[in-house]
Amino acid sequence: MDYGTFQGILTIIVMVTFVGIFYWAYSKHSKSKFDEAANLVFSEEELAKMSKDSGDQK
Amino acid sequence: MMNHSQSTGADYNYTIVRQFALTTVLWGIVGMAVGVLIAAQLIWPQLNFETPWLTFSRLRPLHTNAVIFAFGTSALFATSYYVVQRTCQIRLFAPKLAAFTFWGWQAVIIAAAITLPMGYTQGKEYAELEWPIDIAIAVIWVSYAIVFFGTIAKRTTSHIYVANWFFGAFIITVAVLHIVNSMAVPVSLFKSYSLYSGAVDAMVQWWYGHNAVGFLLTAGFLGMMYYFVPKQAGRPVYSYRLSIVHFWALIALYIWAGPHHLHYTALPDWTQSLGMVMSLILFAPSWGGMINGIMTLSGAWHKLRTDPVLRFLVVSLSFYGMSTFEGPMMAIKTVNALSHYTDWTVGHVHSGALGWVAMVSIGSLYHLVPVLFGHGRMFSTSLVNVHFWLATIGTVLYIVSMWISGVMQGLMWRAVNSDGTLTYSFVESLEASYPFYFVRFLGGCFFLTGMLIMAYNVLRTVKAPKDSLPALAEA
Repeated sequence: MDYGTFQGILTIIVMVTFVGIFYWAYSKHSKSKFDEAANLVFSEEELAKMSKDSGDQK
Repeated sequence: MMNHSQSTGADYNYTIVRQFALTTVLWGIVGMAVGVLIAAQLIWPQLNFETPWLTFSRLRPLHTNAVIFAFGTSALFATSYYVVQRTCQIRLFAPKLAAFTFWGWQAVIIAAAITLPMGYTQGKEYAELEWPIDIAIAVIWVSYAIVFFGTIAKRTTSHIYVANWFFGAFIITVAVLHIVNSMAVPVSLFKSYSLYSGAVDAMVQWWYGHNAVGFLLTAGFLGMMYYFVPKQAGRPVYSYRLSIVHFWALIALYIWAGPHHLHYTALPDWTQSLGMVMSLILFAPSWGGMINGIMTLSGAWHKLRTDPVLRFLVVSLSFYGMSTFEGPMMAIKTVNALSHYTDWTVGHVHSGALGWVAMVSIGSLYHLVPVLFGHGRMFSTSLVNVHFWLATIGTVLYIVSMWISGVMQGLMWRAVNSDGTLTYSFVESLEASYPFYFVRFLGGCFFLTGMLIMAYNVLRTVKAPKDSLPALAEA
């Protein structure tokens, strides 16, 4: 295989991978999992509220 | 200021986070003070006091190493250790190894602060430290990776939050970059020669150099952004999907952009063009991250009016967007022909370093310090606000003066008379830059003053009696 063909195949592999990631990220299947992950930032606060439902100055 | 509620994290390892958070402030002041000194030396050269170890050539690498590896990297250690525990909901893996990364890193910083002014250097930008220190860095960095990925491996949550992806990419890539670029043949304890030579050496150096920017100063701090912006804004990240797509695009592209540091050099022309094209495409994933961060505030913009911490974070994202527009533009060969070797480059770096890296770190620290020391808020919110304005004005003074000075230098250097001789001598361009060097010095003083105010505020918060600083009611 000459260098040009090798580069061409590599380009196609990289492109397909990127489109694959894009498809996976935007598929309906992943939506609920991502929502859950995005809320990991706040799960600590909910635990805190449950454990000591007082002293909150808000 | 919300979200500063007392954490349940009694079982988290906050000791290591506290240590790194406090040293971030300390090394920030040291590194920026050296920066202000060398900025002053460019106006008043006699400020080197005829002392070799106070000369610009030795203090400049000390400044860059101090702000990148002492200030910036301490901030990354602190926030990554904090975020990985909170989002994996588990105590830090291997606490003794984590403590080793702290004390080891401080030892490396001290070693750098001693050897660089003495003139020991490998002569590679941002990789000046001599080989014994390089080996120490590699050992500490691998320990850091073990602690971080060990914590992820034993997490109790099913997902790995996106901030940890960025931190993870930063840790792995910096290990690879540092080890490959530092390959050298030692000839004595304090002298070594690079394993590479000629154009290959230059290419390896800027593959390292630009990815230090891309992974340490970008991916690492994006990890910080992906935790502290949603947290401080009180709403989840704008688009988790976008964060995944721009993560993979960013790490896949950054690694190719290094050659734009070597336009019109001995590097093969096709390599330069490749580097330029990759740098241009890099604009898309960079702005993906910036948009994702800023849009997280949609529906919560009013919080910017009352919360200076959030203001730090959002303005840092604006500077990130600005410098990642400027960067690809400067990577275009014809633009680079004007900008390279001028103050424009220095301005661009500081738009990223002060505007993005420092401000996102400062914002994160203002969120972090009260939580770590069991308070609801910082000692003084109005001092945080003062710091915000000092930092913003300082950054703007710095970059605007360097833009003007840089473009002027580029135009003066390329101006030719009708007979083909140069219109201006180099010294004439230097003389024309003096007023702008003074404005830059002034900008540095603003920024440094802000850091000193921060140190006072942090100190008062740390020392405050328990329950004396309750969280403010939400506006």
